[in-house]
Amino acid sequence: MTALPPPCEKKLGLVIDLDTCVGCQACVTACKGWNDQGYGVPLSDQNAYGSENSGTFLNRVHSYEMMQDDGPPQIVNFPRSCLHCENAPCVTVCPTGASYKRAEDGIVLVNEDACIGCGLCAWACPYGARELDQAAGVMKKCTLCVDRIYNETLPEEDRVPACVRTCPTGARHFGDLGDPESAVSRLVASRGGVALMPEQGTAPVNRYLPPRRKGAAGAAPLTDIADVEATGIAGWLDRLLGRF
Amino acid sequence: MHPAPSVILFTVLSGAGFGTLILLGLGLALPFGLEAAFLWGAGYALAVSGLLASTFHLGNPQRALLAFTQWRTSWLSREGWAAVGALAMLAPLALASVFGGGLPAAFGITGAAVALLALFSTGMIYAQLRTVPRWNHWTTPSLFLAYALTGGATLVGLPYLAGLLCLILAVLQVVAWRLGDGRFAARGSTLGTATGLKGNLRSFAPPHTGTNYLMREMIHVVGRRHAARLRWITILFAALVPGMIVILLPDRFSAHLLAFVLHLVGAASGRWLFFAEAEHVVGLYYGAHDGAGN
Ligand code: SF4
Ligand code: SF4
Ligand code: SF4
Repeated sequence: MTALPPPCEKKLGLVIDLDTCVGCQACVTACKGWNDQGYGVPLSDQNAYGSENSGTFLNRVHSYEMMQDDGPPQIVNFPRSCLHCENAPCVTVCPTGASYKRAEDGIVLVNEDACIGCGLCAWACPYGARELDQAAGVMKKCTLCVDRIYNETLPEEDRVPACVRTCPTGARHFGDLGDPESAVSRLVASRGGVALMPEQGTAPVNRYLPPRRKGAAGAAPLTDIADVEATGIAGWLDRLLGRF
Repeated sequence: MHPAPSVILFTVLSGAGFGTLILLGLGLALPFGLEAAFLWGAGYALAVSGLLASTFHLGNPQRALLAFTQWRTSWLSREGWAAVGALAMLAPLALASVFGGGLPAAFGITGAAVALLALFSTGMIYAQLRTVPRWNHWTTPSLFLAYALTGGATLVGLPYLAGLLCLILAVLQVVAWRLGDGRFAARGSTLGTATGLKGNLRSFAPPHTGTNYLMREMIHVVGRRHAARLRWITILFAALVPGMIVILLPDRFSAHLLAFVLHLVGAASGRWLFFAEAEHVVGLYYGAHDGAGN
């Protein structure tokens, strides 16, 4: 049903730390690996080994250059996946009822058996979180690894999304953002986590932790080296060559 | 947004078809016999061929009937209901007008109202998207209605109504372009709001070396000069030239047909621009507005 459910207390989502993300793409690979064989049709690739390769991914990592007046320039790696919005426009535009938001935990999913592949939900999402699989013609998106997080056949430590489990720097956190006492909510509060494109009115659940301020680098770190006075044979050579 | 030929064809043809059916349904022209067969036939053929073309871009058209289920929330679903409803409701009137027979005027008026709703829904599918600021405005459904009715009036051969509609269409289209040009910036989405980062930002490395669905579907760049030329073509062919033809040669069937064909060319050019010039905010993540300053 593409009407949004009444607001629920539980809001499962991700918190992504832009300070620690090193842009290694491990979450991209883990996401594709897990979701290629679990929920719904596989994530197809087109011309994977050719020059014009393309494929379906549920998570993509950008890199941005950030120039600040009062700090050193920085590269920020930026993972982008579904934010499981509370006011999800991708759900209400769907003509078939394939796109829905779960009332019990807020996860936004696609019922692939009902999806006609019209693509309208991907147009409605501001964050580019939905991609139409070119082989199956159905819409794919982050499932918040719904087939892991409740899966009792997996060892306890694996009952988190594949991207969270795999991240080598611990930049991805999973939890209930509806509970102010949860670890993720406290992390967001302590680090000043932000919502993306609030002006779009989507009320996303996921939060991003901004990069911490880095100490300013010395004005010109190489000046000391240039000033070193040569001594001994090097000094004699230096003086000799200085005459020509 | 990617200007997909199937969607341009669908919206232009079915728009003109429904426009024709609306004017016939309202009884503004009362053709009979052969003329009725041609006009009603053309209206139905255009509307139906457009609807069929719209299924070309679906990933799984065999499930298209499911699109009728979500009319309470989805404009796309409402469009389906209204389009099929109008075609069904106007059919008896079409048959009566071709083969003789009378039906109460309320019958055609109801059918025409449902057809208007179909056109309005098509416009709202685009106008509802906050992600595409250029579309997210009342001018979008108004334009869909204006194009459809102008096409209908030229084909049906109502010279003065067609002339007036051409004028309205031209003004509305220019207003829509003028207001639309600054809307992306006015809505305030930048790479800064998209990432929550501060400072001057620039895309340093894209997440993938090849292209992807998002880039093919939603990130399309048109040259300014190219767009300016197409705007002229649109205004001339869709409105000004057909308007002049129908006013100067009001009683000639061939003149109306020519005006209609020219109008379709202009409408297709306008619809191409409607998609090609529309920017989706997802482009920000891919550096579409880098250097614009945050
Ligand atoms: S991020 Fe996009 S796909 Fe995910 S819930 Fe929000 S609008 Fe929908
Ligand atoms: S692509 Fe599928 S899920 Fe998305 S709006 Fe269309 S039918 Fe619904
Ligand atoms: S939660 Fe699962 S589906 Fe979503 S981005 Fe992470 S690995 Fe991919």
